[in-house]
Amino acid sequence: MTTPSPEDVHTPMLTDGDEFRIPTYKLLQQDGTLYEGAEAPHLERDKALRMYQAMVFTRVLDERMLAAQRQGRLSFYMQCTGEEAAVIGSAAALDDADVIMAQYREQGALAYRGFTTDEFMNQLFGNELDYGKGRQMPVHYGSTRLNYVTISSPLATQIPQAVGYAYGQKLAGDGHCTITYFGEGAASEGDFHAALNMAAVHKVPVIFLCRNNGYAISTPTIEQFAAEGVAPRAFGYRMHVIRVDGNDILAVYEATRVARRMAVEDNRPVLIEAMTYRLAGHSSSDDPSSYRSKKEEEAWREKDPLLRMQRWLTDKGWWSEDDEKRLQESMRREVLDTMKRAEKRPPPPLESLVTDVYDEVTPALAEQLDQLKAHIRKYPDAYPKSASQVTGGD
Amino acid sequence: MARMNMLQAINHALDTAMAADERVLCFGEDVGVFGGVFRATSNLQQKYGKARCFNTPLVEQGIIGFANGLAAQGSIPVAEIQFADYIFPAFDQIVNESAKYRYRSGNLFNVGGLTIRAPYGGGIAGGHYHSQSPEAYFAHTPGLKVVVPRNAHQAKGLLLGAIRDDNPVVFFEPKRLYRASVGDVPESDYQLPLGEAEVVKEGSDITLVAWGAQIEVVEQAVEMAEKERVSCEVIDLRTILPWDVETVANSVLKTGRLLVSHEAPLTGGFGAEVAATIQARCFLYLESPIARVTGLDTPFPLALEKEYMPDHLKVYEAIKASVEF
Ligand SMILES: Cc1ncc(C[n+]2csc(CCOP(=O)(O)OP(=O)(O)O)c2C)c(N)n1
Ligand SMILES: [Mg+2]
Repeated sequence: MTTPSPEDVHTPMLTDGDEFRIPTYKLLQQDGTLYEGAEAPHLERDKALRMYQAMVFTRVLDERMLAAQRQGRLSFYMQCTGEEAAVIGSAAALDDADVIMAQYREQGALAYRGFTTDEFMNQLFGNELDYGKGRQMPVHYGSTRLNYVTISSPLATQIPQAVGYAYGQKLAGDGHCTITYFGEGAASEGDFHAALNMAAVHKVPVIFLCRNNGYAISTPTIEQFAAEGVAPRAFGYRMHVIRVDGNDILAVYEATRVARRMAVEDNRPVLIEAMTYRLAGHSSSDDPSSYRSKKEEEAWREKDPLLRMQRWLTDKGWWSEDDEKRLQESMRREVLDTMKRAEKRPPPPLESLVTDVYDEVTPALAEQLDQLKAHIRKYPDAYPKSASQVTGGD
Repeated sequence: MARMNMLQAINHALDTAMAADERVLCFGEDVGVFGGVFRATSNLQQKYGKARCFNTPLVEQGIIGFANGLAAQGSIPVAEIQFADYIFPAFDQIVNESAKYRYRSGNLFNVGGLTIRAPYGGGIAGGHYHSQSPEAYFAHTPGLKVVVPRNAHQAKGLLLGAIRDDNPVVFFEPKRLYRASVGDVPESDYQLPLGEAEVVKEGSDITLVAWGAQIEVVEQAVEMAEKERVSCEVIDLRTILPWDVETVANSVLKTGRLLVSHEAPLTGGFGAEVAATIQARCFLYLESPIARVTGLDTPFPLALEKEYMPDHLKVYEAIKASVEF
C-alpha cells in the first residue's frame, strides 16, 4: 500500500489554474513618474540615454522606411512601433555578448547594440553589402559582431534553437545566456512548447521573451488562447515567469536583469511576458482597420513607451526639449542620407545565387551557374541586375 | 458566367461548397472575419457563422491534426495554410497521418474529406519563405492527391473537385496569379476532374508539360517558338499526384519531344518523375533528350529572383535546343 500524501483527495477535484493570478510588474507611469512604492532600477545616465536613443532611432527608422515602402522604394517593411520599450529594455539588461534570437520585430535590440544605419539599409535594400547577400526579405537582419542570429520567417523555429544555443553556452561555461523573442501568436506553435519543456528539463540559461502585442496579423489574443496570457504556461513546465508592462522600459529592464541573473547564475530558464500593443499594421502589406477599432489604437497610443521614458529622463534632468529636437533631426537626416546611398548600390553578384548552399559550391551548382551566365549573355536586356557582370571583360 | 480573378473564383468555390453541404468547414490562420491574408475566405464567416469558418491559433501542426480528426469524424474540412512555405510544421500530420489513415486501418477510418489549401510559388519578391513550390515533397507520398490550378476557371472547378474527392487533397494555389489571372467563370456549381491533365494547346513538334503559374510562362515561350514555326503542344498536368501519364505519353508519341518546366529546384523536382516515366513509355519515339527548365538547386532567392526563375526565355531556348538536337 502506498502512503497517502497530504495532497491526495478522495472526491474528484478539478482545477483550471485560476488560483494562480500572475500580476503585472510596473514601475513607470505614463506621466514619467514612478508608481507609489516603486523604485527605479539602478541606471547610469549614459546607459539610460543609450536606451532612449535606440528607442528614438527605431521609431524614426520605422517611420521613414514605411514611407519609403509607400513610395515604392522598398518592397516590404515591418515596424516595431509601440513595442520599443519591450525590446530595448530587455536588450539593455543583457550583456552585449549574450546571444539574441529574435522573431522579426526586434530591430530595437539591434539598434541598441549598435547596428549601424548603413547595416540596416544594406539589408533592407538587399544590396551588395548586405550580410545576407540579398537573399531574404527586408527586416531579416543578422550580425555576428552583435551576437544577433539572422532572422528566419517561419515562426517560432528560433525558440527551441535558443535553448540549444544556451545549453552550449552552459557547457562552455562562458557565463552567457541566450534570449529569444517571439510574439504571443508564435507561442501557439509546437516549437514554443517543445522549447520551454527542454529548457526546464535541461536547466538551460535561456530567457524567453514573449511580446504580447494583442494581435497575430488580424487574430486577437482572445482567438489565440483561452488563458489570460502566455505567462501561465510556464507553470506547466515548472519554469519561473514574470509578466511585465511592456511599455514601461524600467520594468522591462529590471525584469530582464533579474531573469538574466537566474539564467546565468543558477541555470534556470525564465519566461517573460511583456504586455504591449502593435501600434502599426502587421507589416506594410496590412491595413488593420478591418479588424480593430481606431478607438482601441488611440487608447494604446496614449501609452506610448517613448514619451513615457522621455518624461522620466526629463524629470531627472537628463534630457530636454532641445535635446529631443536635435536628436530627432539628426537621426532623420542620417536615415534619409543612408537610404539614398544604400538604394543606389548594386545587388549582390550573380555568384551569390549558388554560394552558401553548401560550404563549397558543388559541381552541379557550378554547372547551373555557367548555364545561367551563358543565358544572360544571350539576353542581357532581360536581366538588368546581372547583365553587366557576365558581359564584363572587353 | 462572371468575370473573376483567381481569388474570387476560389472564394466562390468555397462559398458554393459550404452552401451545398453543411459539413464543409473552412479554417486557418486569419481566415475568419478578416477573410485570410489574401482574402480567399472573405465573407464566409459572415455568411456561415463562426462555427463553420473561423480563425485557428497559429499552429500548422494543430490545424492539420484538427482537420484530420474532423475528416475522420465525417466532416469536410478545408484547411488553409497561410503560405505553402509554412506547411512544414504540419508535414507529419499530412505525410504520416492524412496519407495513411485509410491504408493503415484497412479503410475502417479515412480522412478522404480533407482538403488543404496553400498559396505557393514565386514572382512576388517573397524571398525564401514566401515563394517555394513544395509539390514534389507531397508527390512522394502515396495516399495524397496534389492539385495545382492555372487560372480562375480551373481554380474553382478543381477546388470543388478536390473538396468532393474522397481522398485527402493538397491544393496549391499560384499566388502570383491570385489577382492577375482574370477570366470568365461560371457562377454555377461545376467540378473539374482530378487526375486528368488538359491539353491546353495542340501542336506537333514538341510537348511542353507544366502546371500552375508556370503554364503562363510556357505559353509566352510558345508564342516566341511558333514565330519560328515550331509547333508546340502544351499540357497542363493540373493534378501532380496521381498524374495523367496517358495524356502526356500520347502527346509525346506524336511529337517525339518533351520539355517539363517548374519553379521548384531541378533535383528531385516533379519534372524528374515525368521524364523518367515518359522515357520508359516513349523511348523509341524520342528525337531529343527530355528537357527540364526549372529553378536552380538553391533556396529561393530574393535580389536575384529574376535570374533564378525558369522564365519564358529559358523555356524558349530549351525548346530551340530540343528541336535542333
Ligand atoms: C510557421 C509560420 N506560420 C505562419 C506564418 C505567417 N505569419 C507571419 S507573422 C504571423 C503572425 C505572428 O504574430 P505574433 O507571433 O503575435 O507576432 P507579431 O507579428 O504580433 O509581432 C503569421 C501568421 C509564418 N511566418 N510562419
Ligand atoms: Mg502578436
